[in-house]
Amino acid sequence: MTAAPPVPPVPGALRTEVARDGETVVFVARERLLDAMRWLKTTPGQEFDYLDDVTAVEFRDRERPLEVVYFLRSLQRRVDVRVKVELAASAELAVDSVWSLWRGADWLEREVFDMFGVTFRGHPDLRRILMWETYAEGYPLRKSFPLRGRFSRAEQVRQALNINPEANYSLDELSIAEAAGDLPDDMRDRLQRGERGVIQDPPAP
Amino acid sequence: MSKRTVELELATPGVDAEGRPARVPLTAATAPTEPGLNEEHMLVNIGPQHPATHGVLRLVVELDGETVVRCIPHLGYLHSGFEKLGEYRHYNQIIPLTDRTDYLSPMSNNVGFALAAEKLMGIEITPRCTVLRVIACEMSRIISHMVWLGTTSIDLGAFTPFLWAFQERERIYDLQEMWTGARLTTSVTRVGGLMADIPDPFVEKLREFTRTFPKTLGEIDRVLTRNAVWAGRTQGVGTLSAAEAINYSLSGPMLRASGVAYDVRKDKPYLGYETYDFDVVVGEHGDVFDRYMVRLEECHQANRILAQALDRLPDGPINVDDPRVILPSKTRAMSDMEAMIFHFKQVMEGVKAPVGEAYVGIENPKGELGNYLVSDGTAKPVRWRIRPPSFINLSALPKMAEGHLLSDLIAINASVDIVMGEVDR
Repeated sequence: MTAAPPVPPVPGALRTEVARDGETVVFVARERLLDAMRWLKTTPGQEFDYLDDVTAVEFRDRERPLEVVYFLRSLQRRVDVRVKVELAASAELAVDSVWSLWRGADWLEREVFDMFGVTFRGHPDLRRILMWETYAEGYPLRKSFPLRGRFSRAEQVRQALNINPEANYSLDELSIAEAAGDLPDDMRDRLQRGERGVIQDPPAP
Repeated sequence: MSKRTVELELATPGVDAEGRPARVPLTAATAPTEPGLNEEHMLVNIGPQHPATHGVLRLVVELDGETVVRCIPHLGYLHSGFEKLGEYRHYNQIIPLTDRTDYLSPMSNNVGFALAAEKLMGIEITPRCTVLRVIACEMSRIISHMVWLGTTSIDLGAFTPFLWAFQERERIYDLQEMWTGARLTTSVTRVGGLMADIPDPFVEKLREFTRTFPKTLGEIDRVLTRNAVWAGRTQGVGTLSAAEAINYSLSGPMLRASGVAYDVRKDKPYLGYETYDFDVVVGEHGDVFDRYMVRLEECHQANRILAQALDRLPDGPINVDDPRVILPSKTRAMSDMEAMIFHFKQVMEGVKAPVGEAYVGIENPKGELGNYLVSDGTAKPVRWRIRPPSFINLSALPKMAEGHLLSDLIAINASVDIVMGEVDR
């Protein structure tokens, strides 16, 4: 393992670590994330112009905060850095979107939203991406989500068979096709409110 | 797209005064039509069951006439929750899942995951294993690019290259079958080594492949590269500048076709790629044609690497000498008490990884495949994240397609080289 390069003052940096693969990990305060990312992207000598990946990590230990992880790379300097934002379990799961800096963040942030329920403020089109828009079982990659899903197999089959084909289009698309008027009222209301498979937490046993 | 007058010279059955067939210039002018006639946009749904979407991709396209105004991809029809499943499995049990993500290049997916797990555990693999993994990766690159070439040429109306490409792919599949017993779901790696050493005739067969494969590439090159139909359908279509390609986080041939010389094998070398002699193929215009040229040339480069790897293939063990990581042989597990205990502990408890995280990116045929593993000290990862190259490359599809014709959308979508098993995971 090589020594990590010293990390210059990233705005909002809380602490740095060296991961097991030798990469530098910078923990950034949630409020300063966008500042930090802009600084890393545009400061001469940093030039982390490539957003490699965005993901999130939730630990089995419920006390540990959920981490949103950004993998940045400088294509010029051939250097990587990992930026993490910690979201405490008690706080709201929301961070600022980096879509304004990298268009590549569009789908990556949508996937994190879809799988973990983290909201990215300022994202232009934050919808579910891998699960369908009316998916109501929650966020699959959360540790509280059972491997086989929240609903019983019978309920999952029932929902799959009863699906209205129109629900496979967004309201945006339906208005182009002028089929929005044919939707059942409750479905149109739900789509109009922008409700995308939001569910209440299951009642405590 | 602006309205413009297109002047075409078309041969007509008429003859001119000298008896030669007359060439009458036809003017396909976009005459002003009734007001309100062009205002209505049409919504077309392509997929998820459509051969030109290369899997279960669904595109909702808003059309103005034949011009794409907006293209909205819908994914997830093949979502299998691999990352979630990985959290419930030992590291070696995850390897069969990696086959099924990018199922057009299963071997290099196996290698990518094994490298990440080994980095997390701090394992150094043996020299023979390193070279065999390079062979696995480059064989995967060739078959993946062959599938891409074949299917894309069919999308654009050329059938012959498809047959040639699939014939070559078949030869690699035979080699994979010889090595692992499986053609598609190879699961060739284990943490710390490989599931098996190559059988005897393998080196000879692969050497013959590397000798004869360039001939097929030459034939494909001859039939496509200077083909007027091929060039017309691909040149200037779906163009992305270098800055845009970087901004969209593209990787692999998509990034290099736009003129960015970034190749993980050169810039963050793994498996000793820095010691091989090969060139990074870079395009210029970032259009569909350049992506074709980059992939075609990458096949030549992969072939070069294969030949070098065969030349240097050392003897020796394929697995690290560590009974905590590598299963003992069946005969030893049945006859030796200690070996049996190790066998039992590994099968029942799995290989434990120390607390921490590791990310390894490798240059997969479709782009940078990343494997990000987070461990809390148990035998199962807390988080296994695949950075899916074709998912991220596909996210630039709306940007590339808008303003083009519907038929160009098919060419652009093909040029991304997606495999839905990986996009949806």
